[in-house]
Amino acid sequence: MSDPIIRFDNVVKRFGDHTVLDRLNFTVNRGEKVTIIGPSGSGKSTVLRILMTLEGIEGGVVHVGGEPLWHEADGVTPASEAHLRRKRAEMGMVFQQFNLFPHMTVLRNITEAPVRVLGLPKAEAKARAEELLELVGLTEHMAKFPHQLSGGQQQRVAIARALAMRPSILLFDEPTSALDPELVGEVLGVIRRLAEEHDLTMLLVTHEMRFAREVSDRVVFFDQGRIREEGAPEEIFTDPSEERTREFLKTTLEPSSP
Amino acid sequence: MLFGFEWDLSSPLAFAVSILPMLLTGMWVTIQAAVLGFALALVLGLVWAVLKAAPLRIIAWPAAVVTEFLRDTPLLVQLFFLYYVLPEYGIVLPAFMTGALALGLQYSAYTAEVYRAGLQAVPRGQHEAALALNLTPARKFTHIVVPQAIPRIVPAMGNYLVSIMKDVPVLSVVTVLEMLNVARIIGDRTFDYLIPLSMVGAIYLVMTLIASAGVRALDTYLPKEGIPLK
Ligand SMILES: Nc1ncnc2c1ncn2[C@@H]1O[C@H](COP(=O)(O)OP(=O)(O)O)[C@@H](O)[C@H]1O
Ligand SMILES: [Mg+2]
Repeated sequence: MSDPIIRFDNVVKRFGDHTVLDRLNFTVNRGEKVTIIGPSGSGKSTVLRILMTLEGIEGGVVHVGGEPLWHEADGVTPASEAHLRRKRAEMGMVFQQFNLFPHMTVLRNITEAPVRVLGLPKAEAKARAEELLELVGLTEHMAKFPHQLSGGQQQRVAIARALAMRPSILLFDEPTSALDPELVGEVLGVIRRLAEEHDLTMLLVTHEMRFAREVSDRVVFFDQGRIREEGAPEEIFTDPSEERTREFLKTTLEPSSP
Repeated sequence: MLFGFEWDLSSPLAFAVSILPMLLTGMWVTIQAAVLGFALALVLGLVWAVLKAAPLRIIAWPAAVVTEFLRDTPLLVQLFFLYYVLPEYGIVLPAFMTGALALGLQYSAYTAEVYRAGLQAVPRGQHEAALALNLTPARKFTHIVVPQAIPRIVPAMGNYLVSIMKDVPVLSVVTVLEMLNVARIIGDRTFDYLIPLSMVGAIYLVMTLIASAGVRALDTYLPKEGIPLK
């Protein structure tokens, strides 16, 4: 059961003199679907951003796919840009604000990196994009620009864009928080399908508790930069052992979810 | 007589008509100086903007000092400096070139700021998405950042083109025969300043109105989402 694809070893992250992660230890196994919940400002996004190499670390070691992420193989020397590029290729990220390229069509958004980074022939990248657009249910919107789509559609394109790089780990940072309530369901539906049909490792930050409960293998409760509690969804949601978890869940009990 | 044209002093209208070709000759010089200076400002400003954004202080600092100096000293001072000091070091340029160079130098400080603001206005999320997809920094710059910065940069640049045009008469002090200088010479020789100067004003008005309309048209035409890449 223990084949960690992600491992945080005593990871320290500071912004100025504000310590956001204080010797965090955290693992995700290959193929596991893990949800991170917790109050705003507790460091959930920071964990994903460190993995995606959008933020560096001040202490400890992060392992991805059995290798240090922020260090060379010796676990000490700071990683070179080449090393980071190679590690980044194993991961994809879906952002709260979608971050689609507004000046590119849906198709171009999805094919740009496969063509430019992976060196895929254009036709092959297009075929791959079409396949993914079918998966997220947007085949007929291929030639449109992002601003011509609803938020839910944009986020589904963003998911397809991340998948087009064939990552083994997919990171979701509150993928439905910027959406109008009536559009949340379509995005969660796509993520649910991914979780059920693919052996991707998924790390998801969300406030959609019912969804978290249904799709995740494990739920991690973050509080003030530390893991306060983690376990199977049933456990965390029905019988949390920590008072903080209980309090948090009480404040977020909301019925929205498909 | 000027530039081979004769003036006709028989009536104000005849006078106006007869000096129009001279003024238009001057206008052509004005336009050339403005366009050349502007082109220089566009290129040099981008250089400043890139240098000022450099992570290394020993690169960023001198660029910041130079642009600050260019922005905060009068155009006339810079022009005199180039016109009288450069020859002492063996660099002798025609007056027109010196003038265009002075305009380009001063305006490069302004365009640098436009570039900086335009590039910085591209949301951080765009950089993060590009990084997450492993696009190289060069590819990110040319295909993600620049196409989105252009619609924010172009209208501001257009305004500087208008403004550089209005600064060209400064070059008359180093003998460049731009439009205002031509009008002054006509006035000196015919003792009628009113008509040539009024015509210069009118021609300027037409030129700037056309240029401003062009800038506005560009602004409405350019897509706010960035230059489309299919
Ligand atoms: N770039 C930054 N500069 C300074 N502080 C930051 C930065 N990013 C995040 N923080 C701080 O780090 C803490 C954790 O942030 P984050 O990981 O975004 O929390 P969450 O996603 O759980 O809401 C917060 O206190 C936040 O203010
Ligand atoms: Mg967050």
